[in-house]
Amino acid sequence: MVALTDLPKPDQKTPPTALELKLRRKARINTAIRYSVLIVVGLIMVYPLVWMIGASFKTNAEMFSSPSFWPKEPTIQGFIDGWKTSTPYTFGHFFLNSLWIIIPKVIGTAISCTLVAYGFARFEFPGKKILFVTVIATLLLPNVVTRIPQYLLFRDIGWLDSFLPLWVPSALAGDAFFVFMVIQFLRAIPRDMEEAARVDGANTLQTLVYIVVPMLAPAIISVCLFQFMWTMNDFLGPLIYISSVEKYPVSLALKLSIDTTEAFAWNQILAMSVLTLLPSLTVFFLAQKYFIEGISTGGVKG
Amino acid sequence: MAELHLKSVEKTYGNGFKAVHGIDLKVEEGEFMVLVGPSGCAKSTTLRMIAGLETITGGEIHIGDKVVNELVPGKRGIAMVFQNYALYPHMKVRKNLSFGLSLKREPKNKIEEATNNVSNILEIEELLDRLPKQLSGGQAQRVALGRALIKQPEVFLFDEPLSNLDAKLRASMRVRITDLHKRLRAEGRPATVVYVTHDQVEAMTMGDRICVMKDGHIMQVADPSTLYERPANAFVAGFIGMPEMNLVPAVLKNDAAPVLTLHDQSITVNEGLGHRLAGLAGPVTLGIRPQHLEVVVDGSENAFSAQITNLEFMGHEINVHAKIGDAVFVAVVPTEKFDASLGRGDRVGLKPIGPHIHLFDADTGQNVSLSANG
Repeated sequence: MVALTDLPKPDQKTPPTALELKLRRKARINTAIRYSVLIVVGLIMVYPLVWMIGASFKTNAEMFSSPSFWPKEPTIQGFIDGWKTSTPYTFGHFFLNSLWIIIPKVIGTAISCTLVAYGFARFEFPGKKILFVTVIATLLLPNVVTRIPQYLLFRDIGWLDSFLPLWVPSALAGDAFFVFMVIQFLRAIPRDMEEAARVDGANTLQTLVYIVVPMLAPAIISVCLFQFMWTMNDFLGPLIYISSVEKYPVSLALKLSIDTTEAFAWNQILAMSVLTLLPSLTVFFLAQKYFIEGISTGGVKG
Repeated sequence: MAELHLKSVEKTYGNGFKAVHGIDLKVEEGEFMVLVGPSGCAKSTTLRMIAGLETITGGEIHIGDKVVNELVPGKRGIAMVFQNYALYPHMKVRKNLSFGLSLKREPKNKIEEATNNVSNILEIEELLDRLPKQLSGGQAQRVALGRALIKQPEVFLFDEPLSNLDAKLRASMRVRITDLHKRLRAEGRPATVVYVTHDQVEAMTMGDRICVMKDGHIMQVADPSTLYERPANAFVAGFIGMPEMNLVPAVLKNDAAPVLTLHDQSITVNEGLGHRLAGLAGPVTLGIRPQHLEVVVDGSENAFSAQITNLEFMGHEINVHAKIGDAVFVAVVPTEKFDASLGRGDRVGLKPIGPHIHLFDADTGQNVSLSANG
């Protein structure tokens, strides 16, 4: 298949050959078909999101009366009312709660996953195979299965209604997926640099901090990004462990407005949903460059 | 600088595979020792054991007067240059050079002085603020060399440092490294070097002495000319020299002069061999370098009659491949001395030059034609 970009530009001085004209016509038709399909499918995928953003500027009455996403009388009343919430706290308070859950969790994940992955990828020790299989097994295990025993455990320790049950498992490399991701990335990095560092006199920890971590940066950034987005969107975790409204993160706070209002103020809910999306989107676009490098494991230059 | 001494060093891996079989090697202070051998001969493993990147499972390694068996690499007083440079990709050249010193918490002005000094020697001053990915292969290798040099180690270890470079650059880096070694010697701070390579040209041109290894055993340790002139066994004889030495089974009879029988032909070697043999006789392996095999007219006295199977024109010389029975010999003839009318299928005489004939024991491969005084 010929792509338009493979052919010389038509404004060049020599007239196009007959073959060139034929190929160009073919390429145009091909391109038109491909782009039409992509646009249609893309629109179907993205429409709910676009509708939500549009709807957050609608009045509650208009919401279900027209399928169009463009509000007839745009208003930010939804944002104002939604921000106040039906609780003594503003939505900002819940945002801070979310951050207070996310930031220690992300830091803990990054540190613990790097340490564990470094151990698995670079050292030989008795029982390594069994331990690694265990890590992969937890990766395959649905999260929900462990919820009840975990709940009982944290209840007996007395950590209910605190952020500890959300922080601690991650800080102990409980997220097998991230460990696995970093291990795969590390396997693609040659060991020579670490050996050079050892010859230069670095001990294991210095090698990790000065040599391995900088080389792992794209993978670690991806880990942080995933953890940020997933924690931001996590609903079940906070729902189970956190009972006082004061400590609710945004994911729970959104549901709160559904529960407590008699007639659902959909515009408020949607407005707050839009706000909730913003941090994840911002962080994603800021870190996009590293993120792509991080998930395509081959991107390491030796 | 210090001498390096390996005493019956062994390496057995966890799976029971024995890679190094008790080798003894002494590298004198300031000596350039090359470890050479085919792939899998454990030369790199030996180097990594000296560096401390592999543990040894038997014997002792001495650097200077201390035993370093259990010391971590950083405490052994060694510096290593790796095959793929192994520069730290996220650090600028300057930081790459000084990383080792800053780990030792050397004062800043001392580090800076050392960095400038080394970059001056290796002509990499203008590269100091670049990242490794902005360097060409030759530049990267110079930086890697600088990273070793800056530490002023007791022993330098090189692990095939030139094999990632193209042929031209390799030749110039080879000269640069030997130059540097001689310069340091002249300045009164000779560098003890252990250099691993699979390339015999590097080995022959760079080494003060060469250690030829095979399957975890040392086959011979000697200076380049001894290795070439008086190989201790058939392996060394075949490994050193281009094109390879011809090694062919033959039968030796010792009458008034030694008589060599090959296939159904016999020749008498009148000079240069008899006094080295001490009455030896029986089946042997005949070894003769292509450069020491004269191509003469077929039917000449004391020459094997052979059939040409191939001619390789190399420019200043021609490699003549010729067959005696099943055995194919290669002879190197200067182009101007070669009879241009000869071609594939023609018969020629091959006459080994007496003083350069080697005979190896048919079973052990040991050279039996080395007399005590040469």
